[in-house]
Amino acid sequence: MRAALADGEDNPLMRRRLAQRRVSKHRNGIFWYILRDAPSALLRTMVVAGLVLVMQATTSTPALAYMAYVTNEKGNSISVIDLDKLEVVKTAKVGQRPRGIVLNKEGTQIFICAGDDDTINIVDAKTLQIIGDLPSGPDPELLILSPDGKLVYLSNENDNLVTMVDIDTRKVVGEIPVGVEPEGMALSPDGKILVNTSETTNMAHLIDPQKKEIIANILVGARPRFAQFTPDGSELWVSAEVGGTISVIDPAKHEVKQKIEFAIPGLPKEAIQPIGIRISRDGKTAFVALGPANRVAVIDTATKQVTKYLLVGQRVWQLAFTPDEKYLLSTNGVSNDVSVIDVAGLKVVKSIPVGSFPWGVAVSPR
Amino acid sequence: MLFGRYVCACIAAIALYGARPFGFSYAQPAQTLAMSIAVGVLRTAHSKETISILEIPPDNDLLAGAELGLEDNKTTGKFINQEFTLKDRKLAEGEDAAEAVRNFASDGIHLIIADLPAAQLLAAADAGKATNTLLFNASAPDDRLREEDCRANVFHTAPTRSMLADGLAEYLIWKQWRRWFLVFGSHSEDALFADAIRRSAKKFGAKIVAERLYQDTGGGRRSDSGSVQTQRQMPVLTQNVPAYDVLVAADENDVFAGYLPYRTWDPRPVAGSGGLKPVSWDATHEQWGAAQLQNRFYRLFKRSMNARDNQAWMAMRVIGEAATRTHSNDPAKLHEFLVGPDFSFAAFKGQRLTLRSWNLQVRQPILLGDGRSIVSVSPQEGFLHQTSELDTLGYDKPETKCVLR
Repeated sequence: MRAALADGEDNPLMRRRLAQRRVSKHRNGIFWYILRDAPSALLRTMVVAGLVLVMQATTSTPALAYMAYVTNEKGNSISVIDLDKLEVVKTAKVGQRPRGIVLNKEGTQIFICAGDDDTINIVDAKTLQIIGDLPSGPDPELLILSPDGKLVYLSNENDNLVTMVDIDTRKVVGEIPVGVEPEGMALSPDGKILVNTSETTNMAHLIDPQKKEIIANILVGARPRFAQFTPDGSELWVSAEVGGTISVIDPAKHEVKQKIEFAIPGLPKEAIQPIGIRISRDGKTAFVALGPANRVAVIDTATKQVTKYLLVGQRVWQLAFTPDEKYLLSTNGVSNDVSVIDVAGLKVVKSIPVGSFPWGVAVSPR
Repeated sequence: MLFGRYVCACIAAIALYGARPFGFSYAQPAQTLAMSIAVGVLRTAHSKETISILEIPPDNDLLAGAELGLEDNKTTGKFINQEFTLKDRKLAEGEDAAEAVRNFASDGIHLIIADLPAAQLLAAADAGKATNTLLFNASAPDDRLREEDCRANVFHTAPTRSMLADGLAEYLIWKQWRRWFLVFGSHSEDALFADAIRRSAKKFGAKIVAERLYQDTGGGRRSDSGSVQTQRQMPVLTQNVPAYDVLVAADENDVFAGYLPYRTWDPRPVAGSGGLKPVSWDATHEQWGAAQLQNRFYRLFKRSMNARDNQAWMAMRVIGEAATRTHSNDPAKLHEFLVGPDFSFAAFKGQRLTLRSWNLQVRQPILLGDGRSIVSVSPQEGFLHQTSELDTLGYDKPETKCVLR
């Protein structure tokens, strides 16, 4: 039993209940209107019967659609996109300033950094209700899962820490001091190197997740935002938002072996600000979100040459593949939409309006 | 740099001595001996006579920004074995800045963040030449320090009057407010800012339809009956003027411009030293991750970050970047890196900041704020430039009078 809370004390349970109430009210509004307020009993019966039929039809066929979950940084919500219909099917309230988002291995739970609530919301992927919180330390920004799915590694932007949280016990099991304004998080495919980038220190910190110690600190371009290993683990790519470059790091030698630069005709260099990076499963193609350049760069990983710039929405930050890699999604913070990129055809096929300031995106098969 | 070595030797000796009881090998502490980067802050007092009590300079004005930059540098430094330190020196009225530079040098400090008026800054710079000292001007907006009186050992993180005026002008032109009424104060700085505003009008095609001088006769700012007098004075000051779109005020000593909004004879917006102000930083700026810096600052000092704080923070970060990237504390090496093609740094302004190699001025966007929020950020869209749109702000390379020496 929880002791009575003093006035003004933070009460996660109450917050969760309030969030649940908001969510259910929102989701069931039309249904309840028909049940209670529809004019005649006959009509009511017909409508309900019809609804039941529709629901049966939709539930009896296997759910093939991938769902994308988009955090809306200023909307304090997540938008759920059905990737067959390519439209938002649900919006759910979450904690304040949601940014980093990741799904558990089974795709049943969503973990969301609610920065202004200093917590990680655990959201049920089906009901979209907040079912719990993970302790995160102050201002969590980005997070990733350990290979076994048991731990969450996250960056605390305000506290210069990388925090490790056990999902089952909901306890902090490790804290590693890193540089100023830590953000990007990555894990090598073998799980042996955890990477954090610190935005004001301008470093990629290579961490041994077992020993919870820093192995190496590698200087990269100004304001590093995101880190991503190639699928074979031979390269670590780090984006520098203000530096305007991608540093390709040899994770064994702990050194930057190459820097990728960008040039878009008609755009000043300062407007090209690389952030999110995704690399195809075959390791051949990398996609880099270029922020206010409103483009996603396509890079041949062998030659490190940009082969194409795809025009997307405004201020593009994060990217996510669908599991079949048919689509790549980009969150466009200023135009409040998500661009859908056809990966094979390398073209943008749709923009989907979402909430206010879309930030992060995660996809699950549901 | 002899003294620096002596200090290093001392630290080494202490480290060795300290390590012994714990049984470390001698090689270990010698390896972990940190490189020391010592920075001085050289300040003068700013008048506390301001129109708004929100703008009274705090005692740690500017210094606090340098201290936050120091914290940021220290965090970075601990990963690469560099140690940053700061020494504050506030000059009393009439004290010699050149002497302070020499004293810093004899303490092993050859990097100085300066908050000095133009004449004192030049004296400090010339003294610094003999002591191999680099200065970072974090407050003086005078164009002459970057033009005819520029110095090879002075970097400028503070924007110039011409940059501020151009930043404002681009927005007024974008708004199609092309008819300006210029009101300037009676202090020498006001004349300089008025010149910058006239230059901007000419540069961007605005027309100054009238000019008026406001004579500072002393009297009660923030005094009990002030509002009654002000309410009568400001309409009188601004009546019988040809039709204009916006009043632009030049009042760097905060004598009258803050009183203009809502009190002009004609109902017109006010910009410049009052109303919509062009600044390098404001407590209300939160875009591009700036909220993070504001939060860090507030957490440390329990107050908001002002423009001078930010300019000092930038100076400290510039020093930190140079020291980190070059793995050096040698002023000559830092200088070489800063004026080279690879230097850029992040300062929460939406794009990388670089240096004008011809006069050592940091290129930067200019924020336009009314003290409640940021209204716009210049350069404005459509003001193009062949190398950097930031160079549409202030004197550009082809017109510079600077010869670095």
